[in-house]
Amino acid sequence: MTADIAAILAIDGIATGAVYALVAIGTVLIFTVTRVIFIPFGDIAAFTALTLAALDARQLPGTVGLVVVLACMACLMEVVSLARAGELRAVPKAVLGYLVLPLIVVGIVWLTMRFNPPMPVRIVLALLLIMPISPLLDRIVFRPIADASVLLLLTVSVALHFALVGLGLLFFGPEGVRTEPLTSMAFEIAGVHVSGQTVLILAAALVFSGLLFLFFDYTLIGKALRATALNRTGARLMGIRPARAGTIAYLLGSLMAGVSGILIAPVNTIFYDSGFLLGLKAFVGAIVGGMASYPGAALGAFGVGIIESFASFQSSTLKDVIVFSLLIPVLLWRSFASQHSEEEVEE
Amino acid sequence: MRKMLSLTALVGSLVAASTAQADITIGFVTSLSGPGASIGIPYGRGIQAAMEYKSEVNGEKIKLIQLDDGSDPSAATRNARKLIEEEKVDLLIGTATTPSTIAMMAVATELKVPMIAVSPLTGQPNPADQWAISVPQPAALLVKIVADRMKRDAMKNIGYIGFSDAWGDLVYNGAKAAETDDGIKVLTNERYARVDTSVTGQILKVLAVRPDAVLIGGSGTQGALPLLALGERGFKGKTYGTVALVNPDFVRVGGKAADGIQVSAGPVIVAEQLPDNHFAKKLALEFRAAFLKANNVPTTDGFSAYSFDGWRIFTSAAERALKTAKPGTVEFRKALRDEILNTKELPGVHAVYNFKPGAYYGVDERALVIVRLVNGAWTYQP
Repeated sequence: MTADIAAILAIDGIATGAVYALVAIGTVLIFTVTRVIFIPFGDIAAFTALTLAALDARQLPGTVGLVVVLACMACLMEVVSLARAGELRAVPKAVLGYLVLPLIVVGIVWLTMRFNPPMPVRIVLALLLIMPISPLLDRIVFRPIADASVLLLLTVSVALHFALVGLGLLFFGPEGVRTEPLTSMAFEIAGVHVSGQTVLILAAALVFSGLLFLFFDYTLIGKALRATALNRTGARLMGIRPARAGTIAYLLGSLMAGVSGILIAPVNTIFYDSGFLLGLKAFVGAIVGGMASYPGAALGAFGVGIIESFASFQSSTLKDVIVFSLLIPVLLWRSFASQHSEEEVEE
Repeated sequence: MRKMLSLTALVGSLVAASTAQADITIGFVTSLSGPGASIGIPYGRGIQAAMEYKSEVNGEKIKLIQLDDGSDPSAATRNARKLIEEEKVDLLIGTATTPSTIAMMAVATELKVPMIAVSPLTGQPNPADQWAISVPQPAALLVKIVADRMKRDAMKNIGYIGFSDAWGDLVYNGAKAAETDDGIKVLTNERYARVDTSVTGQILKVLAVRPDAVLIGGSGTQGALPLLALGERGFKGKTYGTVALVNPDFVRVGGKAADGIQVSAGPVIVAEQLPDNHFAKKLALEFRAAFLKANNVPTTDGFSAYSFDGWRIFTSAAERALKTAKPGTVEFRKALRDEILNTKELPGVHAVYNFKPGAYYGVDERALVIVRLVNGAWTYQP
């Protein structure tokens, strides 16, 4: 291990860590607002990469089918629950939000694809298509059990991940994809070769962490989201709608997952089931940050990336073992150091 | 009179039915869905090409029944039972993944029906009760041919990087077995997972031993990842791999970085470049023509050719077996099994086949040629 090698490994680790950081921040965001540990996050990132690849190949991506199916289910559930509550006046608005909006997105993609759009437009289309998935899943799966314990929400989340992997196989097929690089630039920094893609990934991670920080501390919606996270009932009494807060959190989270999916698509072959490991490693990073702080989650994710990089040099066969073994001391330290909140105690 | 006529018609139809019964029935299983579909579909197309090429033996028509196993061993088992017990097939051919193929073989052995496996089989058969043979080249042979080429290219220090799974182990062990005091030495054993995004660390480790050449133990698209990393680091040595890398996506993803890699592959991959006296040349071109006619697309892979060779092994054995027994009978199945295991010097598009009881494989070093990737096309390297 010379200084040169260490520098190369560190750069590589930071690039990998930046992708994990994006996903980790999204995971923390959704967890703090809805108390759901959203395991399928990595799947959303993988689906974005697959969507972009399909758009590059001038095909209609499988995501379209997924969005349409989910939109129909969510709309049906919303209308039924409104009818039961006797609030029939709210039905048109629900249909607009849960069915018409996603279908408009699909329509936009379908129309734009007829004109062979350039790469930046395709990226925007892929993000647009992926955005509705998480909020719709939230409405179908998590909204009915919003007040359940964190453990139950986690269990449902794991089940949802397996369902999504199956759907991914159905809609995207078994073949892996890889997209064209976003940039072919490369730099020499102190004698170490750094690719433009690495710089892009890093920049995206920093920009998104910064934006989230500003959003939560300086906007009303951000503060409302934080209030919901602290105490749902209290937030409702203050006139904040927890359901809406959840939808916003899922939309933001999907955007983060989508961006990370687009950033890794040129670097690696993505299969329909590639998302799990990505999400899991990001989750380790988020745990290091205590599932509460964005800078903490980002730092933890960078740490995971760097450790992974050095582990792959020292002992490549045990790389993943080393990364996941990290969880144990961190969890021990966390559980001894933190106060247990009253909310977790069974009522 | 009318009664007489109808009786004759009835008898006639019965006779026709019994001769129709005498068709040779083949049960073919492949993976048209599930994770194995990317190779299962070519296997299916290969069988269609084989039917196009030869659809009768000694005047007996061949009836083909195809089922999908969804890449699932339990479905493959069910399919094998259904084909044998309900369809009364004389022979099984299958399937795209090794676990499913082994599951099918268990049924074939239990119900005493010969089987031609188009995927690799593991372990050693019992010579007294062997009902299956396997068409593809075994992994050990694939690696041996590459190692021989490295020696011929005067390579000494070899760096190895491969998948952290059974395939990575097979290639590494094959390379280790080829080590000699004055020949090649395998100095690294770096691994990466199929889902990894970066192999920078592993490649640095490989380059640290200053290798003359790097051997890749990956497959398909993800096999290109180490090559891309080597290209980034400006590696100037030679690279080697196995037929597992040969697919259009590998070439597309690897781009410039993959150029110049040499792999061991079946001759069918470079059929049009083979010398005229090569055993596979004429056959492979006939196979390609039949494939195009049956599927309306040209063949780009080596898998469909395994189906085709399996078909050749079956038809040549059936010609001899028909002399002693009639299709649809227990005797015919046994005769067919005996004749398959008695295959001598039968040329196919991948290999020259010689089977004998006690071994699943029947190929030798003629089954492999070295091909090099030059400007995105595989070229024959005698």
